[in-house]
Amino acid sequence: MTHFAAVVLFALFASIVFGITQRNTPQRMLRYGIYCFLLFVGSAIVLSWIMYLIAR
Amino acid sequence: MATEENKNAAATGGFLYLPLIAGWLVPGAGHFLLRKWGRGALLAASILGMFVMGLAMHGKVYSNVHDMLDVLGLVGDLGNGLLFVASRLLGLGADQVQVTTGDYGTRFIVVAGLLNVIAAVDAHNLRTGRKQ
Repeated sequence: MTHFAAVVLFALFASIVFGITQRNTPQRMLRYGIYCFLLFVGSAIVLSWIMYLIAR
Repeated sequence: MATEENKNAAATGGFLYLPLIAGWLVPGAGHFLLRKWGRGALLAASILGMFVMGLAMHGKVYSNVHDMLDVLGLVGDLGNGLLFVASRLLGLGADQVQVTTGDYGTRFIVVAGLLNVIAAVDAHNLRTGRKQ
């Protein structure tokens, strides 16, 4: 398993739980879950690029 | 109408903390007790998936503590309830991280426990009526 696959799986599982537990209606759960997933994966990509550029 | 009333009666009757305790011991069980089948199934799949992925990545299951960080890891692992007990009894999980993905696996197992606690508290909030 690649590091990125691990990040995506982590984001997927955590986002599902966050979406269900932090919102009341199914539509808002879905939107919040997608929002959390994008934040997880997006921040991992941004931080990875920052670390890559610092290491050069 | 009558069916809906029966559902509500079944969901609100009994021991107040049963969904909280059941949800902690078995992922999703708190929501199943409250007849939230879809939410319970998704929570169970997510938490079980994360826990199993952690084991598959040779993550460490904390059994004893040597410093403060180990205590935090053990507390997180205990959030998995019976999954933690079963993994210890069956000897699953690594005692020491020996492969690169092992660190990820250890975090997966700890976070699965923390997510399970969040799900159990959510079941309790549903039971008390704090959440719909």
